[in-house]
Amino acid sequence: MANPVISVKNISKSFGVTKALDKVTFEIEEGTFHALMGENGAGKSTIAKCIMGYYGADDGELLIHGSKTAITNPKDAHRHGVGMVYQHFMLVDNMTVAENLMLAREALPFVFNWTREKKSLIEFMSTMPFQLDLKKLVRDLSAGEKQKLEIIKMLYLNCKVLILDEPTSVLTPDEADNILSFLKRLVIENKFTVIIITHKFREVFGYADTLSVLRKGKYVGGGKVTGFTKADIAELMVGNKVSEMPQRRNYADNVLKLQLLDLYDKEGSDIAVLNNLSLKVKKGEIYGIAGVSGNGQKRLVEILAGQKTATSGKIMVDAKEFVPMRKAMQETKFYCLPEEPIKNACVPEMSVAENMSLRFFDKVPFHRKGIVIKKNINEKAEELIKKFNVKTPSPQTPIKSLSGGNVQRAVLARELSEDAEVLVVSNPCFGLDFVATVDVRALIIQARNKGTAVLLLSEDLDEIMELSDRVGVIYNGTIVYETSAGEVNIKILGEKMAGN
Amino acid sequence: MELGPWLIVLAMIGGAIRVSTPFLFVSLGECVTEKSGRINLGHEGSLIMGAMSGYGASLFTGSAWLGILVAGLVGSLFGLFHSWICNKPGVNHTAMGIALMMLGTGLAFFFGKPLIKPTAPRLGDFSLAWFSALPQVKQAFLINGLFPIGLLVAVVFHFGFKYSRWGMVVRLAGESAEAGTALGYNINKTRVIATSIGSFLSGVAGAYLSLYYPGSWNEGLSSGQGLMAVALVIFARWKPMRCFTASLLFGAASALGPALQSAGYSYGYYLFNAAPYVLTLIIISVSVSTKKFNDAPGELHVSE
Repeated sequence: MANPVISVKNISKSFGVTKALDKVTFEIEEGTFHALMGENGAGKSTIAKCIMGYYGADDGELLIHGSKTAITNPKDAHRHGVGMVYQHFMLVDNMTVAENLMLAREALPFVFNWTREKKSLIEFMSTMPFQLDLKKLVRDLSAGEKQKLEIIKMLYLNCKVLILDEPTSVLTPDEADNILSFLKRLVIENKFTVIIITHKFREVFGYADTLSVLRKGKYVGGGKVTGFTKADIAELMVGNKVSEMPQRRNYADNVLKLQLLDLYDKEGSDIAVLNNLSLKVKKGEIYGIAGVSGNGQKRLVEILAGQKTATSGKIMVDAKEFVPMRKAMQETKFYCLPEEPIKNACVPEMSVAENMSLRFFDKVPFHRKGIVIKKNINEKAEELIKKFNVKTPSPQTPIKSLSGGNVQRAVLARELSEDAEVLVVSNPCFGLDFVATVDVRALIIQARNKGTAVLLLSEDLDEIMELSDRVGVIYNGTIVYETSAGEVNIKILGEKMAGN
Repeated sequence: MELGPWLIVLAMIGGAIRVSTPFLFVSLGECVTEKSGRINLGHEGSLIMGAMSGYGASLFTGSAWLGILVAGLVGSLFGLFHSWICNKPGVNHTAMGIALMMLGTGLAFFFGKPLIKPTAPRLGDFSLAWFSALPQVKQAFLINGLFPIGLLVAVVFHFGFKYSRWGMVVRLAGESAEAGTALGYNINKTRVIATSIGSFLSGVAGAYLSLYYPGSWNEGLSSGQGLMAVALVIFARWKPMRCFTASLLFGAASALGPALQSAGYSYGYYLFNAAPYVLTLIIISVSVSTKKFNDAPGELHVSE
């Protein structure tokens, strides 16, 4: 390579017995936009944190501009012009934008002269492409503004190499494009080097020049983005061919299944969380609700799952009012997969089998005359584990020790075990890796094909686009826009999500 | 001149200054500790150890100020120990603090036995009441040497948290250890220093008890003041100047009973003695609000 700005050579890193990085070697050329890709746990974040000195590597060396450099702490990295924007915001919520920028400085003065510091910060801010109010507390900033502050912080430190760990995961598509094109401009016009850790193909093909793929802590390939197709990268990330999505079955009969009528609920005494939300889902249809988190999605799921009661409005199933109590759920086969099921839909200490039985343990043949029949529950659990491909050491393992993807499979197995007629799913693939994501999405489509009416809530627009037959946008607790999947325009969706 | 009800007010002012000083020191100590992201319930321990060792040192050296210094250093040893243990993964701050509280109490009683009888030199005081010749007024405005120092510490903390490198880094450690690490700061070191300084202050508070008011060493000296001061920090919303006013308020409430008695109202003496506890309850019920907890340092995880 002509002019590598960062070269990692044979870097290894273990956490206890897990080998997070195994002799990883790759180079990143100066002035390129580089995508670092891989599944969850492939070691992307770990290698980035090793470069930054956030972690010390066990073995191997790091070269910056071709010379071997010892970096033992993020300040060293900043001194060499390498800065990182972490996946979780590394900002202090209770401090102002100005204070956050000041703390990033290499050498803080012993006593501050805030008048002078503020003047120089204002001057610096005026050279930035986006403006932030220096006096604002960070906790009052939106996610997009926080992300911008993180980037500005690195520019303030004079970093010419920026590493960003999944920078768009909390942003709306518009905000994401805004940030990514800003980074792209830095690369083209100012010779910056940008490394983004991502698993979104849209970002890789839209912005990146080169890419590297890690799998299970090893470097498995990379090069110019133009030399790869989506399938190539997926295969590199996963290690084998990825299973395909089931074909969608067409439904001619448009039978209305689930109907929400003017759901209204408020927080405290006056703030409306749901504002007369209405929608209809047909049999064999996936209705996707897109939206930025915090627009009422959480409350909607809680109401549908029976955890909270709406102030007013009705849930109708088959044109009859549905009150989400256990008996009605079983009769109408109305099931729900809330987000983060380990927290919201499982008893973490109980076994996989027990958790799977939570929907049916009180029914014959699992229960007779007040006595639970363990044998039948275990048999059913084993059947479900097999059918839904849940990877667990045994049905008796506590569910909390399963990986996120397997918890998701197990809960989905439970919710689909009774041939659900209505299924509510919320962010089903949040935090899952590629294979698990594909599996979970395939299960949802299979359920749809069997005739289940699916209400899907997701903050991941790609997921909405991939799964939905119809798309609605939620904003301020109500559906503000609705369209069929065939006519979706991502730009309009983004605008509606932002409330325009 | 008939003093009458004014006597009560005067006695309360005097009481406020006298009783508030230890609260002020311990609450400032806990304030700086919590600002760095640690909770130290062990202040009661360092307070009692400070009371004992300060009294002992004053007795042997003949200087109350040396006693106070020794008390502070002994206190900071407790802070050092607390932060050293809490730096280890998986240690529960609260449990560690309670253990230190018991350790301090036990050690102080053990080593303090021979100190109960002898009389050590006391801390001096002066009266601010140049404007009056009345002995009652002079008495009320009697200021001990530690009170202005405590006020000074509060002022230094108040501005230091905003205008100095050290204060900013302490706040950073308390608000987000992750962000601090990512910026290259040594969070554990910052906390060790902050906790030690905090415990130094509670050691000093202990010496105040044994060397000024009540002014002798005995085992029932503290009666939980180290713990009450921890609650004061929450009431003060982690703000040093409010620690000062909260301590004064608390001191004044404690002085209500004795003040009424000195003015000749012995009616309901015990009831009025309970004023500080009633005040604590009122404070707690009035200040309960999730919104206000935004002031709490993020690393304490009390705002959720």
